Amino acid sequence: MPKITYIDNEGTSRTVEVEKGLSVMEGAIQHNIPGIDADCGGSMACATCHVYVEEKWLDKIPQAEEAEVDMIDMSFEPKKNSRLSCQLIVSDEIDGLVVTTPEKQS
Amino acid sequence: MIKTDVIIIGAGPVGLFAVHQLGIKGLKAAVIDNLDKAGGQCIELYPDKPIYDIPAVPECTGEELTNRLLEQIKPFKTNFYFNERVNEINQNKDNWLVQTSKNNKFEAPNIIIAGGVGSFEPRRITLKEAEKFEGKSLFYSVKSKEEFKGKNVSIFGGGDSALDWALELSKISKVTLIHRRNEFRGASHTLSEIKKLSKEGKLSIKTPCQLVSIEGNKDISEIKIKYDDDKTEKIKTDNILSFFGLIMKLGPIIEWGLGMDKKHISVNPNNFETNKKGIFAIGDICTYPGKLKLILSGFHEAALASVECFKRARPNEKYRFEFTTSSKTIKERLGKK
Repeated sequence: MPKITYIDNEGTSRTVEVEKGLSVMEGAIQHNIPGIDADCGGSMACATCHVYVEEKWLDKIPQAEEAEVDMIDMSFEPKKNSRLSCQLIVSDEIDGLVVTTPEKQS
Repeated sequence: MIKTDVIIIGAGPVGLFAVHQLGIKGLKAAVIDNLDKAGGQCIELYPDKPIYDIPAVPECTGEELTNRLLEQIKPFKTNFYFNERVNEINQNKDNWLVQTSKNNKFEAPNIIIAGGVGSFEPRRITLKEAEKFEGKSLFYSVKSKEEFKGKNVSIFGGGDSALDWALELSKISKVTLIHRRNEFRGASHTLSEIKKLSKEGKLSIKTPCQLVSIEGNKDISEIKIKYDDDKTEKIKTDNILSFFGLIMKLGPIIEWGLGMDKKHISVNPNNFETNKKGIFAIGDICTYPGKLKLILSGFHEAALASVECFKRARPNEKYRFEFTTSSKTIKERLGKK
């Protein structure tokens, strides 16, 4: 199973195995990773699963759709490497992905 | 004191359908919502976006769905209490007492919480100094545009609210529109008008940049913004208007002594009752094994909860399962002959 690393804003790193086909958000929820709220359950309606993707992964993951970028406008402290983790689907291609969660989600 | 059979908290699609399921069983409901209108997330988050998974409705928008539900419950002449948040729930023997932020008091044997993910609040600017200006020179909505006449107004956001107010206030104020990226997501005709005004020098657009600090003692004097290339700029500002959408806060619900699982209320999937007799939770706010956050699941939950509500509201009557197609009583309640 692909491994995904979640780093919180204090630098604590947690690496977990996430089933292929699940989203990076779902992986976090299943493993009780703090810092990802996912209030809307993955329907791209709330921006509370916002993460910063480690720079080197940015060109390896599919680009954000317009609706996702629109939603990121609403997120807490958006940056250039901001993504909604509900839109990042786990596959062998992103095995090893590292994301950092913001200080808070709302 | 407003007495009824069921107090419904939340006027989203699931709360509205609960009115229907209770209504056909002859039960009266009072609906309370923190927003100014019915529809919940459907209206606040995606009024124009299509929904494709409502049974027998191949496609409809959040707004259409809300309007159809309101149409469907018209026969029950339900009272809605908008712009009110439920603050307190207390027990009075077999009944529940509810008190709202407007100090309205309700009493009923049943409460159905159909509160989605809580109540909507504006997403606030996260800078520490923002708080002391809030409501004085920094606002998350416009109550009266006259307040901004002749002022330097810095507007943040890239959606319709930001664009609409930038356009409107540019007629009476000196407006700077600030957004974190070059693309705006508001209506294209508003955007082209704004770009035209910007060319004519009647409005200023700053992108891609974000707010880094607010200066001022009692009132705001200027703000500092930072561009993507780390360049900073100071902008003379009297008022800040910030439109970063809404967030959902669970609010006082966590203080009601209900069994919770993270941000959700645990329920018995047979009747969607919580750990408190007569308090039910349906829709996105409830959780049970296999829960799906779908509108259609919420409808099912409303139907089952309404049966238990009937038993509590009419302890001396026997509940009879009936179909709307064949029941004379239900047809009468729906005003059909």
